[in-house]
Amino acid sequence: MGLLQYFRKEAPKKGSAKLAKDRLQIIVAHEHSSAASPSYLPELQREIVAVIRKYMDISAQDVTCEFSDKAEDDISVLEVNVALPKNK
Amino acid sequence: MAKVIVVTSGKGGVGKTTSSAAIGTGLALSGAKTVVIDFDIGLRNLDLIMGCERRVVYDLINVINGEANLQQALVKDKRTPGLFILPASQTRNKDALTKEGVEKVITDLKADGFEYIICDSPAGIEQGAMMALYFADEAIVTTNPEVSSVRDSDRITGMLSSKSLRSEQQLSPVKVHLLITRYCPERVQREEMLSIEDIDDLLGIDLVGVIPESQEVLNASNMGEPVILNTDSDAGKAYQDAVDRLMGIERELRFVKFEKKGFLSRLFGA
Ligand SMILES: Nc1ncnc2c1ncn2[C@@H]1O[C@H](COP(=O)(O)OP(=O)(O)OP(=O)(O)O)[C@@H](O)[C@H]1O
Ligand SMILES: [Mg+2]
Repeated sequence: MGLLQYFRKEAPKKGSAKLAKDRLQIIVAHEHSSAASPSYLPELQREIVAVIRKYMDISAQDVTCEFSDKAEDDISVLEVNVALPKNK
Repeated sequence: MAKVIVVTSGKGGVGKTTSSAAIGTGLALSGAKTVVIDFDIGLRNLDLIMGCERRVVYDLINVINGEANLQQALVKDKRTPGLFILPASQTRNKDALTKEGVEKVITDLKADGFEYIICDSPAGIEQGAMMALYFADEAIVTTNPEVSSVRDSDRITGMLSSKSLRSEQQLSPVKVHLLITRYCPERVQREEMLSIEDIDDLLGIDLVGVIPESQEVLNASNMGEPVILNTDSDAGKAYQDAVDRLMGIERELRFVKFEKKGFLSRLFGA
């Protein structure tokens, strides 16, 4: 092992605390916004699935409803995604 | 006015019981009649940390079920006047902990003249933890400078503002304090550990104390003597500062900066 390598190995890894903070900032913000989502969301999602099912064959997992209410935005967003299975 | 203070964290093993014992002792030393209740049903530990395990006869669940009265179950601390502990049951399961039962115990403790009722919460967010925080006026959120502990502290802070009696009845919210434990200034300086400022930024809770990582904590638990009684130790002093701040006395933070020992002080062991 070269001398340089030896020193490198001993040098402390700087900055993993920074990464910890960045990751926490994201997850904490995410958990706050999902905690703020309205309690009727699961019911809404079930009803949307029921309505679409009248016309096509989808499963409950094909619909996702997400509510976001970020402090930096002027508006709240209700995002509804419907994945349509390809006709087999 | 009596105060109910929950020591909570979400994550396990961060120092709730150590802190409950130290802070309970500190409050009693200030002359206030104080009780520390162990809510960790099935895994009682507070009695060991406080060194009264051999004098436990009845427990919290016995009192709730009417199998013993409060006076029979309260264990008086041998060292600190005005300090009592109410042990957890070692055998029952945590469903025995009902809201009505806990409410009655707390009401009776208040009627008995207790000024501080400290609730040592179990880890997690199940029945035991929810009952420990439900009646709280104040909360001490115990946090280690580490990702999962910080995240769980944030979760439990959310619970305090949505699942407590104060939130349900729309009273003034539970006063939440942040207690950082097992802090290593040296590792923070090397940027290996979240700093006080980082945790403060993330959680946005008022800081009540920072307890350094210290060998004396293990020593204290070996002896069954709350670490705050070791007035020579950094951890003991830091807990005393936290108790003082809880009572509204201003104290500067100590033991939070790493001072590299110089050649001379290393030589003379300063
Ligand atoms: N400041 C400290 N320095 C060193 N060790 C500590 C410190 N605080 C707590 N510990 C150690 O951490 C361990 C867990 O402490 P403790 O039992 O108080 O945690 P807890 O949060 O009550 O755990 P649980 O979630 O299981 O109830 C113990 O071994 C204790 O000695
Ligand atoms: Mg504990």
